Amino acid sequence: MTKHMITFLLLLGIGAIFADLLTGFSADQNLNASAEFYATHTVSDTGAANIVTAIIVTFRGLDTLGEVTVLFLTAAIVALVLSGDMAGGFQVKPRRWPVGELLETGTRLLVPLIALFGAYVFINGHLTPGGGFQGGAILASAMLLMLLADPTRRFAHKTIARIESVSGLFYVFIGVLGLALAGGFLDNRILPLGDFGSLLSAGAIPLIYVLIGLKVGAEFSSIMTSLSESEDV
Amino acid sequence: MTLQNIAMSTGFILILIGLYGAMTHKNILRMIVGFTIAGTGTNLVLIAVGYLPGRAAPILNAAVPIETASATIVDPVPQALVLTAIVIGLGVTALMLAFAYKIHATKGTLDISKLTDLKW
Amino acid sequence: MSPMMLVLSLLLSAAMIGVAVMAVWPARSTAVAVLAAGAVSLMASIMFLVLAAPDVAMTEAAIGSGLTTFLFFFVLGRVRSGKDD
Repeated sequence: MTKHMITFLLLLGIGAIFADLLTGFSADQNLNASAEFYATHTVSDTGAANIVTAIIVTFRGLDTLGEVTVLFLTAAIVALVLSGDMAGGFQVKPRRWPVGELLETGTRLLVPLIALFGAYVFINGHLTPGGGFQGGAILASAMLLMLLADPTRRFAHKTIARIESVSGLFYVFIGVLGLALAGGFLDNRILPLGDFGSLLSAGAIPLIYVLIGLKVGAEFSSIMTSLSESEDV
Repeated sequence: MTLQNIAMSTGFILILIGLYGAMTHKNILRMIVGFTIAGTGTNLVLIAVGYLPGRAAPILNAAVPIETASATIVDPVPQALVLTAIVIGLGVTALMLAFAYKIHATKGTLDISKLTDLKW
Repeated sequence: MSPMMLVLSLLLSAAMIGVAVMAVWPARSTAVAVLAAGAVSLMASIMFLVLAAPDVAMTEAAIGSGLTTFLFFFVLGRVRSGKDD
């Protein structure tokens, strides 16, 4: 009972801090200096219509490189932790219950459409809401649907790893190219900025976001297949 | 009572609920559920801080022209941060789940009060 | 912000808090808790959309409520056969 009391007191303290923050908060009327800079310089510096994309891919591009590295490490650690329990090779376990006809047929129809939508989302990341991370997650959900329709399916881990590492390598390569040809690491002006608002614009942003999308999609798929292929305990 | 205040207090309450769940449950999976709810609450608070009343999303087009952008869009920086945070959050959750699975595989239980190997 | 929008966001936030309480309620089964956490994420993504953050809304809907829930269920399906739930 004392343990619950301590928890309750702790939460009460945190709640008091939050209440203080909430009452002391006053909304800004104008953008602060850094946001102002991004709002006015995004189009002239990067040519992207979506400012969030411009921040993620160019202004804070190094952070994003770190982020996909963290994701890669996560996928690797999940695979490592679960590796002892993987079903050895391609042995097929008996299904516990049959997958419905509806799901199997629907999967055949939907997987290409979902993959196409994922590609659309990350190719248009500089123009519309969306981008590499969302598109990658949508690609991974196409894999998830395939996994649900056939739980005994085994994806080629080598292919996933190859897509992941090749896109990561090209991502860094484009970054170094920016160092050589333009203003700095991951500068998107190695390609012409093009017409504002068209698909082939904003320099290297679409290219970088496609690579991020493939990399993130491969990483999420790897995490999912590692978890789903682990043996029953 | 503004939209911003509603969203921010919802976020703070979600953090408290999530922390309560993470601290009181004995089942590791339930603790991870609590952590994900607290994470969602944190993201909500951050986005609410970056919101400016009556302004549009930070995507420039015909409706939000470039010239007046700095007076018509919300703060894009918290949005970029939260986007990163959500993606990393999935990574953290996946890692916690993998370890929870491993604990169940080796110890046969998810109840933390029964995992006493390091207790003396 | 019109009054109707305000009322709708109030309803949304009340629903979010209610479902979050359901997710940590000890009497509920773990499966219900996982689904409730996914529902909180989904409603948070609507909230992000109302707060003029479509990018974040999309990420939260795809990652926070989609993939996370399924990862939970993969693990839940594996540990179900164990003694405790």
